[in-house]
Amino acid sequence: MYVAVKGGERAIENAHAWLAEERRGDSNIAELSVAQIREQMKLAVDRVMAEGSLYDPDLAALAIKQSRGDLIEAIFLIRAYRTTLPRFGTSKPIDTGAMACDRRISATFKDLPGGQVLGPTFDYTHRLLDFKLAADGEVPEAASRPPMSGEVPHVTEFLNREGLIEEAQPEDTPPPDLTREPLEMPANRALRLQALTRSDEGFTLGLAYSTQRGYARNHAFVGELRIGTVSVEMDIPELGFSVEIGEVTVTECETVNQFKGSKTEPPQFTRGYGLVFGQSERKAISMALVDRALRWEELGEDNVGAPAQDTEFVLYHADNIQATGFLEHIKLPHYVDFQSELELVRKLRREAGVSQMQEAAE
Amino acid sequence: MSEYNFAYLDEQTKRMIRRAILKGLAIPGYQVPFASREMPMPYGWGTGGVQVSAAILTPDDRFKVIDQGADDTTNAVSIRSFFERTANVATTTATEDASVIQTRHRIPEDTLTEDQVLVYQVPIPEPLRFLEPRESETRKMHSLEEYGLMHVKLYEDISRHGHIATSYAYPVKVEGRYVMDPSPIPKFDNPKLDDMAAIQLFGAGREQRIYALPPYTQVVSLDFDDHPFEASKADQICGLCGAADSYLDEVIVDDAGGRMFCCSDTDYCSRRRAAGHQGPAFPGSEVAA
Amino acid sequence: MTPLLSVQEISKSYGTHIGCADVSFDLYPGEVMGIVGESGSGKSTLLNCLAGHIAPDFGRVVFDTRIDGPKDTVTMSEPERRMLGRTDWAFVHQHARDGLRMGVSAGGNVGERLMAVGERHYGDIRHKAADWLDRVEIDTDRIDDRPTTFSGGMQQRLQIARNLVTGPRLVFMDEPTGGLDVSVQARLLDLLRGLVRDMGLSAIIVTHDLAVVRLLADRLMVMKSGHVVEAGLTDQVLDDPQHAYSQLLVSSVLQV
Repeated sequence: MYVAVKGGERAIENAHAWLAEERRGDSNIAELSVAQIREQMKLAVDRVMAEGSLYDPDLAALAIKQSRGDLIEAIFLIRAYRTTLPRFGTSKPIDTGAMACDRRISATFKDLPGGQVLGPTFDYTHRLLDFKLAADGEVPEAASRPPMSGEVPHVTEFLNREGLIEEAQPEDTPPPDLTREPLEMPANRALRLQALTRSDEGFTLGLAYSTQRGYARNHAFVGELRIGTVSVEMDIPELGFSVEIGEVTVTECETVNQFKGSKTEPPQFTRGYGLVFGQSERKAISMALVDRALRWEELGEDNVGAPAQDTEFVLYHADNIQATGFLEHIKLPHYVDFQSELELVRKLRREAGVSQMQEAAE
Repeated sequence: MSEYNFAYLDEQTKRMIRRAILKGLAIPGYQVPFASREMPMPYGWGTGGVQVSAAILTPDDRFKVIDQGADDTTNAVSIRSFFERTANVATTTATEDASVIQTRHRIPEDTLTEDQVLVYQVPIPEPLRFLEPRESETRKMHSLEEYGLMHVKLYEDISRHGHIATSYAYPVKVEGRYVMDPSPIPKFDNPKLDDMAAIQLFGAGREQRIYALPPYTQVVSLDFDDHPFEASKADQICGLCGAADSYLDEVIVDDAGGRMFCCSDTDYCSRRRAAGHQGPAFPGSEVAA
Repeated sequence: MTPLLSVQEISKSYGTHIGCADVSFDLYPGEVMGIVGESGSGKSTLLNCLAGHIAPDFGRVVFDTRIDGPKDTVTMSEPERRMLGRTDWAFVHQHARDGLRMGVSAGGNVGERLMAVGERHYGDIRHKAADWLDRVEIDTDRIDDRPTTFSGGMQQRLQIARNLVTGPRLVFMDEPTGGLDVSVQARLLDLLRGLVRDMGLSAIIVTHDLAVVRLLADRLMVMKSGHVVEAGLTDQVLDDPQHAYSQLLVSSVLQV
């Protein structure tokens, strides 16, 4: 056949059937259940929920199964599904001070009210492959104690009481919603944080790392990192009061950063903030560092031209669903544009050849 | 797919998109920001065009999708079947029968009419993007009509190559006001943008922009007086239907690098052949090498 | 005669810090005004206020426009001000990099302003660009080379050509010879003097280098801590400074 890519419909169907078969793998091996993924691939589930901007561990686990473990593909599935969901309303802001913490550490104070809780962390594990897991995943029960209850004060509040850190001013204006409004510059901090919390973990990690290496260094200390569950409440106008509609696990990171001050203003530490669905402290810390770097203007710092300071650069490139779509679209046929380029290059070469021949003749 | 609304998007989202389209039609060539939704297909694969089509399709429409001019390329097939499933809308490959045509990278060869809408998929809507990466700055350049830089690019082309070295996505000026990216159509198609009877809508999903050309809008390709715009194509005729006036794709036909040219607009080509036109490579005659 | 530029009570502060305060002067067609002072004296803030790069807190900058006559450029619309910025006004930066497109050929750099005001004949644009390269003593063979391949002095001359090609009536210069070697400075000054004279340009030149104003400026303002402490004819101020600070400035130069 002379015209390429005929019979596209059939080819697509066959490709999809093959994909389904490959996803299942060897049928002599037991199939993974969604519950298994949800329980045993929890950090993957958390990442899909965070970057998919949808808190639903079962759906995230299903997406991971369907995407054969390609997490960006899974995030994409969740995002596309999320778009179709009706919006019933907006919850009240979660209160992380009332979090039931599984983990809570501070790098700035050795001890503090509420105490440090290591929680289920990879920190201090020796990264040695555990071959026992290959044979048998049974584990002895871990020691437990009653959960921390009541308010767990934020570490930065202790600094705030002394005026040592910038005051985080309460903000009552509803934050913009980047899934409902086009992203437009300049972006305020609420919008930036929203973009960062669903940003690609790898991209954000790379940017945060670059600030540590001197590209807009902001001297971050982890003031506090906490992981745990918080309740989600919603105002029900018909009832006239708010009710708890569920709870979510989140990771919150507050950094204490490089101080600022002048002859007239006493020096004060500044803040960076990260908050992410699920247990994802690498992402939360990265987010806090990038948030802080993006605040150079309001804090009166120099723009040193670092990528992490550039709001447009960061926000327009942090979304892995946008990035992967556009990157991979170059697989699509481009033969019309390529043909026009081909004609042009041939024409320019023809003319260059002619003038070279003329030069040679002269 | 009854769990989804007609043409996939909910009515509120469609209204939002229609408002953007109307604004775009009111200010030809101006890029209207819109809250692009996450679609069940990847960004960069026509999500902007799909959202525009979803917002304007009605149950009575007849829908055509082309990619690179062809109805049967994989992405065109995929988008067409998406709307067959979600909107149960009639589809066609015949340009003249379609009321809405979604396209990637081409304008059909047939002259479109007032009863038709042409929806373009746009990857990068900003014609100044590769000269100035900052969105805040390019928006200012548009609002202040500061387009000197665009001509600097063309100047540099001529000084280096002797010609304007832009062969697709060739920038145009709309009604003497906005400089616009016509999407990556070959510059051969640029003259068709001008004074077109059909409504032309441009959707860029990832970049969250919609822009439009109402019927009979003046669209001029940028150039210099002494280096005028030229709508060029391969200096060949279609091997299948013999057309000399249509945009041609080049196909490599054997291991020795033999090539033939054929219409990129598959509907145009097949209708010509049905009407008895024959090119030099028509099955039965010899392949031009 | 109507002044080309009438500066009235321009003030600009940054918080409690005074950038410049209550500066007024008139500039007549063909006149060159020098503004001298040490770094931090407010001269650059003043220049940026006058050129519309930053908005003053108070005051008027009235320019005698071709079409509408005298108009306050502080309150005029941004499109109008930017139009002035690419037609009747020119701005020569201290660092040529700030005023050039480093990725664009010399010809394209000079041609940009022409194209910005609507010139659409490639041959004419190129011809004018070549002519201007010649006038600033850059070999016309270099027309297709990028400024990155130029020496510092050549870059600065290219920046001047790029600015003057549209025949502006008022040129703002911010330390135009700063950052250049002394021998290169002398050649540039010589060139500038010739251009100012031949084209009848009006100019406002900010510099800390008294040799520059001695050679180019008809009149002089001395700034200190945001205020003008002395103003007058260049020779008069330099030869017989009245204010203690001007005296210090002049004597410190003489000692060198």
